[in-house]
Amino acid sequence: MKITRKDVEHVALLSRLEMGEAESEKFTGQLNAILDYVEVLNKVDTTGIEPTAHVLPLKNIMRPDETRPSLPRDLALANAPEQEDGYFKVPKIMEG
Amino acid sequence: MKYETVIGLEVHTELKTESKIFCGCSTRFGAEQNTNVCPVCLGLPGVLPVLNEKVVEFAIRTGLALNCTIAPFSKFDRKNYYYPDLPKNFQTSQYDLPIAINGYLDIAVNGETKRIGITRVHMEEDAGKLVHAGTIAKSDYALVDYNRTGVPLLEIVSEPDIRSPEEAKAYLEKLKTILQYIDVSDCKMEEGSLRCDANISLRPAGSTKLGTKTEIKNLNSFRSVQRGLEYEVLRQTEVLEEGGRIIQETRSWDENRGITVSLRSKEHAHDYRYFPEPDLIPIVTDEKRIQAIRESLPELPDARKARLMRDYGLSGYDAEVITASRAMADFFDAAVSLGSDPKATANWLMGDMSRMLNAAGLSVEEAPVTPAKLAGLLALISKGTISGKIAKTVFEQMWETGKDAETIVTEQGMVQISDEGAIIAVIDAVIAANPQSVADYRAGKEQALGFLVGQVMKQTKGRANPQLANKLLKERI
Ligand SMILES: [Zn+2]
Repeated sequence: MKITRKDVEHVALLSRLEMGEAESEKFTGQLNAILDYVEVLNKVDTTGIEPTAHVLPLKNIMRPDETRPSLPRDLALANAPEQEDGYFKVPKIMEG
Repeated sequence: MKYETVIGLEVHTELKTESKIFCGCSTRFGAEQNTNVCPVCLGLPGVLPVLNEKVVEFAIRTGLALNCTIAPFSKFDRKNYYYPDLPKNFQTSQYDLPIAINGYLDIAVNGETKRIGITRVHMEEDAGKLVHAGTIAKSDYALVDYNRTGVPLLEIVSEPDIRSPEEAKAYLEKLKTILQYIDVSDCKMEEGSLRCDANISLRPAGSTKLGTKTEIKNLNSFRSVQRGLEYEVLRQTEVLEEGGRIIQETRSWDENRGITVSLRSKEHAHDYRYFPEPDLIPIVTDEKRIQAIRESLPELPDARKARLMRDYGLSGYDAEVITASRAMADFFDAAVSLGSDPKATANWLMGDMSRMLNAAGLSVEEAPVTPAKLAGLLALISKGTISGKIAKTVFEQMWETGKDAETIVTEQGMVQISDEGAIIAVIDAVIAANPQSVADYRAGKEQALGFLVGQVMKQTKGRANPQLANKLLKERI
């Protein structure tokens, strides 16, 4: 499978990344190199092997349903580029 | 052409846990904005989510109550999309290995039982809330409250087995009843703890191929689910009749205008690029645990309805109404276990009790008249101490004062007069005062007797035993 520049631009849009023509060209090449490498793994016969859901041999790690103190609000908002009235302030959202 | 409607529902329900799904923040509704947040639910770098065990238990309870198979192996996945209500830029959800699959629930439509398949039940986290300053169109920014981010949700997806807006409403009501019975969610649509999206398409009657569907969002009440779908059936029928084709898109129900409107769709809208969540450990559930949870389930609505019909001879309709709410059914069982007549109890609950609850905007649990108090009232009626008519007054006073029936009846001298001599004295006075009615009755006018009985009841302030008054009056005329 070859990644085209269109694919790169599509994924960039999904990730809300802006990139110029030179950059998307460069990433197309890099992503193809990565996929070529993964292609090697695709040659391994995996018949009868369950897909790995997690690399650690663990299961059912859970916590009891108990509340713990949350962050003080000023701390929660400390890194927000903009805030107003205890809210995070973000640019207008366009539907679609 | 005649079309068949095909509907599938996706329901999101917030689980009644104390803490969020992956962190210890409180799930309390209505807290000050951004006060129930922490590094985990704000999606700060380097944090590690840990699954709330209660969420898994509730999900399995729900799966079992909906007759699903519980997955022996289940995991979480990341659903990637960008929206300001999602601080991590992905929603932790379940993709290919949900906790429960292949279930069903039964609904009653036009007196017949219909089975609706449940495709899957999966666990996920809720998103935050956007607050728009001024109107959406005019404001150039939005405000975000992340308190709801990370509140545990179940998504319950039905098979496209629903054939009308009415069935959709019945399905949703039944689902809500079940979720309330098993005590996993408050299911308050007005607070957003139960939300519903619908997929709807039409196809020529008799065809088995699915037509192009639209997804309807913003169905925020049982009424709007039905109305929104009814509108969409009309809209799609019109498009097809005019030779057009349905565009696969998401539409939003506009309650005020009574129409659905297209949310401009883009082709990549559903490109979520799911992948397994590496920060969470898989969930393995063995048969022993499933069995233990199965045994902890209460009697479910269908079984309870059947029991009320079988053991107490209630009609299907009455049993349905009583068991539609677990609290009402519990009230019924409690009153009956105190010796109340089952049919009388059902009548009081569906009549005066429901009327008073609605008028006061209270839930059954909040009613000032408890099962023991209602049982006390019914006992006075069946002993003949008070008439059914007086009982209504007593009930209202019980409601207002919180006193029991016996106290009210004694305090206000409402005890029914069953002493023949006392009633005859009143009857004789009434006969003497109303010669015309007496003459009418003797001339064959039956309704004149009703008037005379009414006069006797009036003279005794409703306390005369009505059957006795009737009988004695006939004898004395
Ligand atoms: Zn948190």
